[in-house]
Amino acid sequence: MRVALFVTCLVDLFRPTIGFAAVKLLEEAGCTVEVPRTQTCCGQPAYNSGDRANAKEIALQVFDAFAGYEHVVAPSGSCAGMIRVHYPELFVDDPVHLQRAQELAGRSWELVSFLVDVCGMRSVTTQWHRNVTYHDACSGLRELAVKGQPRRLLGSVTGLTLRELPGAEVCCGFGGTFCIKYPEISDKMVTDKALDIAATGAEAVLAGDLGCLLNIAGKLLRQGRRIEARHIAEVLAGMTEDVPAIGVPR
Amino acid sequence: MLATSRNFEARARSGLANENLQRALRLARTGFPLRRRLAIERLPEFEALREIGRAIKDHTIEHLDFYLEYYETKVEASGGQVHWARTPEEACAAVLQICRSAGAKTVTKGKSMVAEEVGLNEYLEANGITPVETDLGEYIIQLRKEPPSHIIAPAIHLVKEQVAETFRAEHRALDAARPLDEPRQMCDEARAVLRPQFLAADVGITGANFLVAETGSSIIVTNEGNGDLTQILPRVHIVVTSIEKLVPTFEDAATLLRLLARSATGQEFSTYTTISTGPSRPGDLDGPEEYHVVLLDNGRSALIGGEFQDMLRCIRCSACLNHCPVYTAIGGHAYGWVYPGPMGAVLTPSLIGIEQAGHLPNASTFCGRCDSVCPVKIPLPKMMRHWREREYAKRLTPSVYGTGLSAWAWVARRPALYHMFAELASRALGWAGSGRGRFRALPLAAAWTRVRDLPVPEGRSFQSLWAERQKARRPR
Amino acid sequence: MRAARERILASVRSSLNRGRIGADLEAELRARIAAHRRNPIPARAATLDHRAQVDLFVTMAEEVQATVARVSSLAAVPEAVAHYLAAENLPAELVMAPDPSLDAIPWRDWPLLQIRRGRAHASDQVSLTGCHAAVAETGSLMLISGPQTPTTLNFLPDTHIVLVEANQVFATYEDGWDRLCARGISEVPPRTINFITGPSRTADIEQHIELGAHGPRRLHIVLVEGKQASGSDDGEQDSPPAG
Repeated sequence: MRVALFVTCLVDLFRPTIGFAAVKLLEEAGCTVEVPRTQTCCGQPAYNSGDRANAKEIALQVFDAFAGYEHVVAPSGSCAGMIRVHYPELFVDDPVHLQRAQELAGRSWELVSFLVDVCGMRSVTTQWHRNVTYHDACSGLRELAVKGQPRRLLGSVTGLTLRELPGAEVCCGFGGTFCIKYPEISDKMVTDKALDIAATGAEAVLAGDLGCLLNIAGKLLRQGRRIEARHIAEVLAGMTEDVPAIGVPR
Repeated sequence: MLATSRNFEARARSGLANENLQRALRLARTGFPLRRRLAIERLPEFEALREIGRAIKDHTIEHLDFYLEYYETKVEASGGQVHWARTPEEACAAVLQICRSAGAKTVTKGKSMVAEEVGLNEYLEANGITPVETDLGEYIIQLRKEPPSHIIAPAIHLVKEQVAETFRAEHRALDAARPLDEPRQMCDEARAVLRPQFLAADVGITGANFLVAETGSSIIVTNEGNGDLTQILPRVHIVVTSIEKLVPTFEDAATLLRLLARSATGQEFSTYTTISTGPSRPGDLDGPEEYHVVLLDNGRSALIGGEFQDMLRCIRCSACLNHCPVYTAIGGHAYGWVYPGPMGAVLTPSLIGIEQAGHLPNASTFCGRCDSVCPVKIPLPKMMRHWREREYAKRLTPSVYGTGLSAWAWVARRPALYHMFAELASRALGWAGSGRGRFRALPLAAAWTRVRDLPVPEGRSFQSLWAERQKARRPR
Repeated sequence: MRAARERILASVRSSLNRGRIGADLEAELRARIAAHRRNPIPARAATLDHRAQVDLFVTMAEEVQATVARVSSLAAVPEAVAHYLAAENLPAELVMAPDPSLDAIPWRDWPLLQIRRGRAHASDQVSLTGCHAAVAETGSLMLISGPQTPTTLNFLPDTHIVLVEANQVFATYEDGWDRLCARGISEVPPRTINFITGPSRTADIEQHIELGAHGPRRLHIVLVEGKQASGSDDGEQDSPPAG
């Protein structure tokens, strides 16, 4: 299968290892992976701020960049959700572009759900000896039904014990521009999340969205807690030696 | 009710700092979702009922003019009277006129958010009539002169010590040495204090959870029974309600009632679900002699056919509030008006204008939990986004965000430039933070770094690294 | 106020982008109302046989802190009521609905019970009523107002005793409503229809559930199973009309 990787802005800027982990996993699943050079952002910041015009312009660019691939895969439920769920909404009054939006939506995926639901991946052959807990990022969970798939694959990682996070489905408080516009409320939400994570006694917290992870890791670090935060792709691809946990120096 | 939604940020901050409120919200945050989940697990048909509930409300709204007229005929046929009110002023005036005709001095009230919306209590007091709230939560906040902070549990923001303090301050005729440490004691005290009020009232005012067109009936649900004592003891029963509460038949109401209590408190059914139709019948030994319905529009009819029509499906269960991480962090008073939480974030701007209520649809991460628990499938985040679109179009968005986002969008539409900036930024930040792993402070990122560290980027952008990798792998 | 009515209706129509609906659609909507079609009903009670429905009713009622005494005949009711009052340390007096369905109970067999018939007053501690139907789905009682069934009995006293005969137990609220319509009270329903599910309660203070907020603190159900005074079997019930 010829798959295009949707890198996402945050992975591009902050943590390319996640992108390489995604590529590795996709190749292990039998895909040929390409990374279209003309991609930038999915347009969600503009869209969620009410700027439909710019969101549409960016979406058109995404249509072009990802034309011709069998599947488009993003290591982020938030960006994948933007493409799958919101692009069609964006063009609901525009029949010409709506068709392109629906067509792209139908072949766009969040990474872990793609591996399990489309590629049929049932296990990975990596090992990582840790007690971990898992945060269900909101968009992936509610827009794309990403829930069982990460747990399934994590269950196959040798040495890994998963402790369910109470309130796993509660928002961490990132919300894109929300954390900047309402910093105190965001802080309360991420503080509660950090508390829940610490209460599990887990050594590491994983999630499928780098936005959530930067937020959560930032809080854990500020609190002096030594809980590793990583993207699930790094763990599944066996690349935990390649890069320290988020926010930890080399 | 006077809106203070403009002060959302300050009020949210004060809510976050309020220890009593935080203690109270902690109980709510886990309690409500758990109870709802348990109730739903016992009803396998719940998901199917959500879809049917949505369909019933949509059908009614799409034919609302027919159902309103049909309903009115039936109310009149049963001996009741409908008073149509376009505005809060008209609604209050109608209630006052009925009270005056009845020579009312005291009025008991069951809980009604519409009555809050129109500021009924203040209006009646200004006109020499004393309204007595009888729902325990409403009674407590009436004594404290506070607005409700939740649409079904108005005093949820208080801890029991605050309630005790209020009762001691206001029930001065009672023995000051009496114990008031436990909810049981406070409940008994409220019951004893309010019982004579029920009996003495000339007029009883309730809201309505539903209006049934088929029979011209109003339905209220309570757990306390206060709504019942309010309506059967006085001579006059006034229902203060709004046009979108209509459903066609009892069977339709039954379906929505199956959704309501489970979504609200996790109960199978509210303790008292009461269907009232007109005044008492000839030969009845009790019941009111007059039955009036004050039917409020206040901007709802204008929502039909537009982007916010779905909001009219709301059955006021409060599931969205109870599951909202923002509401359960800051409490209901931060929202500054009658309707807090996600449903308030959509409805408030519709009723009082986006200029006043602008913060409400913005203070959301769009986590979507509200959407997933709404018993009638209202797409709340989508409608909050529509409000943001209207703000953006009216240039109500604060300029710092507007400029920043426009700049971002401008760059994002120019891939070559974007990749160059991404590479530059990751190198610069990577270099600035090398060896540290994270920034404790960073210029221009104060809102972030004030409360959390910012992880340092790896130092190269993915696209640059990928390009290098591809180049290295190309056959020479 | 006439103006308000016209303006509101006009606003609704203008939002719907049309004028008044046509005669055909109006007839269709009226027919929809008259048809009383049920929406899908949960299987919980509806798929059970009657005996199991009665048991479900009891289980659900007890779950919400109603108490239930099961007796085998109307003749056993006075003793059951007297024992209940004694066990709760309540005086042996009550106000009872002037409901003919309660006439067949041999109250004279238990003369220490002081009974007044009529509506409730503030000083009444205990009331006794019958009911229109009992809903198994959630353990709810359906009571309707009328000259012989005053509503104050359901709310003013601290203790409310309800007599339910097994053949009054139905699966759903819709069944109870159909039974009401079948009695010919279809054009204008009773003034008050109460669905009561357990005693009064509140959770308004720190979400502690406390019983007896304003309505009765105690709801006691006396369920009569076995042959009735009317001669019908406990295995049957008055079936609601089809549809």
